[in-house]
Amino acid sequence: MRRGDFVLDVAFAAAPGAVLAVLGPNGAGKSTLLRALAGLTPVTAGHVVLDDEVLDDAASGLFVEPADRPVGLVFQSYRLFPHLSVLDNVAFAPRSRGLRRAQSRAVAGRWVDALGLGELADRRPAALSGGQAQRVALARALAGDPGLLLLDEPLSALDARTRLDVQAELRRHLREFDGPTLLVTHDPLEALVLADRLLVVEGGRVVQQGTPAEVASRPATDYVARLVGLNLYEGRIDGDRVVLPGGGWFVVPDHGQHGEVLVAVRPSSVLVSTHRPEGASARNMWAGTVVGLSLLTDRVRLDVEGTPPALVDVTPGSVAELALAPGREIWLSVKATELDVYGRQGT
Amino acid sequence: MTTQVSTGRRRPTRLTPQQRLQRAEGDPTGTRGVPAPMFVPAVIAVLFLVLPLVGLLVKAPWRHLFQVLASQDVTDALRLSLWTASLATVVSVVLGVPLAWLLARTRFPGLALVRALVTLPLVLPPVVGGVALLLAFGREGFVGRYLDQWFGITLPFSTAAVVLAEAFVAMPFLVVTVEGALRSADQGYDEAAATLGASRMTVFRRVTLPMIAPSLAAGAVLCWARALGEFGATIVFAGNLPGVTQTMPLDVYLLLQNDLAAAIAVSLVLLLVSVVVLVALRDRWLRSGPFR
Repeated sequence: MRRGDFVLDVAFAAAPGAVLAVLGPNGAGKSTLLRALAGLTPVTAGHVVLDDEVLDDAASGLFVEPADRPVGLVFQSYRLFPHLSVLDNVAFAPRSRGLRRAQSRAVAGRWVDALGLGELADRRPAALSGGQAQRVALARALAGDPGLLLLDEPLSALDARTRLDVQAELRRHLREFDGPTLLVTHDPLEALVLADRLLVVEGGRVVQQGTPAEVASRPATDYVARLVGLNLYEGRIDGDRVVLPGGGWFVVPDHGQHGEVLVAVRPSSVLVSTHRPEGASARNMWAGTVVGLSLLTDRVRLDVEGTPPALVDVTPGSVAELALAPGREIWLSVKATELDVYGRQGT
Repeated sequence: MTTQVSTGRRRPTRLTPQQRLQRAEGDPTGTRGVPAPMFVPAVIAVLFLVLPLVGLLVKAPWRHLFQVLASQDVTDALRLSLWTASLATVVSVVLGVPLAWLLARTRFPGLALVRALVTLPLVLPPVVGGVALLLAFGREGFVGRYLDQWFGITLPFSTAAVVLAEAFVAMPFLVVTVEGALRSADQGYDEAAATLGASRMTVFRRVTLPMIAPSLAAGAVLCWARALGEFGATIVFAGNLPGVTQTMPLDVYLLLQNDLAAAIAVSLVLLLVSVVVLVALRDRWLRSGPFR
């Protein structure tokens, strides 16, 4: 499918309970993707196919209206109808699809109970907490019996505290759903926790896909590496040496590899010293200048300019001990075994 | 060496704790006096707008008020006015809401022209509206002729003509109010309803309409109040027949010639209705400023 500069071609296997996360920076067209799948925005080129059924095809002009698509969408801001009770919000889809009021309320009642909303059934959306509203939005989408569930940044409207609770709960509910779920997000944590498979979109293209574990440990691009908090270097390997095009090299365990590779380094595996380490076991050693420091709850992340540059995690204690401040010259070292070397597609 | 600019205005004043609080909360009054060129015209404006109404209250025949209002002539006019204004409002809602929706939610060639034309009665002198209605729906009018020939319906100088005249003048108030509400309403809810399987009509009925209900009510009240006070178009198109087309404003006009007390009494009723309408719509009109 295609809209503007956003091109995405995914064959998404419809395993029951499977959750695919599309992860990408803001403005990558993630929401456009969901709108195209739900039929809210027709594609300008390409097509949308669900279970062999063509929903949208720019070439032939064929288009299925949103109301007629077997797709449930949970909006980022939920968009619960403020004038309807929780029960009537959930009953909206069955009622719209032709059930009588009593029947649709019965259907809604089952979903309301399944999502633990029984006590809130008579409340208006304005009287719900963020987490509750999220569950109602999910129940409302599921009550329409969709073949595909779409979630737009499902946790972004929640504050940090409720987010953790809702995350676990949402994960459970998505597992119970019979059809596949596609969620889009710019929050790597959301994607890592909720999804079985990850699709990283950048500049309108899929740059990496795989399980959350694969993506988190072996990022394919700088964007992904930043998201999961790793240093990533591109280089050419020849035996036990990776030469970086921007200068510098790494010594790595020799597996007889040759050619283009990526090297991932955890910021916490890089050691900092103020003098050139003598007789250290680390075989990779280089000088650099601290250019920035930021506090991450229990540690401090250093931004170090050097050949190559690196992000390094140290304890707040060592910041004081080594007098680390912007402009400070330091030495970095990392063991060869701490370097993860792999090809572009995570192999 | 530093240069000092003497403004000659560095005179301290005194602020009470209450005035300090007022200023802190952004209320600009306090001790900073209002300049006379602003104050005097403003007071004249208030007097100009309020004094005539006070005159109405002072001159009112309070002792015989109910006696006057209970007269056959006045009760007929009152009943007819309430009845026709309500019917005109129903007509305006039934026709005006779909029109407002079309103007707000669809695009078609000539949309801007249609909007301009249907809101024209807002600024058109009502008498001109009455003449136009007469030319269209009169017995010899280009529509009225066929109504007469085919269905035997004659509109002018009937109660139906009153309703038509009132709807003609008042409907734009409803259309403008509802269209504004539809424009500012969050269409995200309509999208949500669509993804839940609702047809466009169902979306309107179950989502859009309930969400603009307060604006619709306000528009209807406005429309009703305007219809109740309609004079020009009514007297031209419907005439002034007691019990048939003589609404309260027409009655007031007639009573002024021979029974001033009664004219004032009926005017008071219309004033009371206006005050009630203002109170009903106070949330929309009186809270426009930052201070309540």
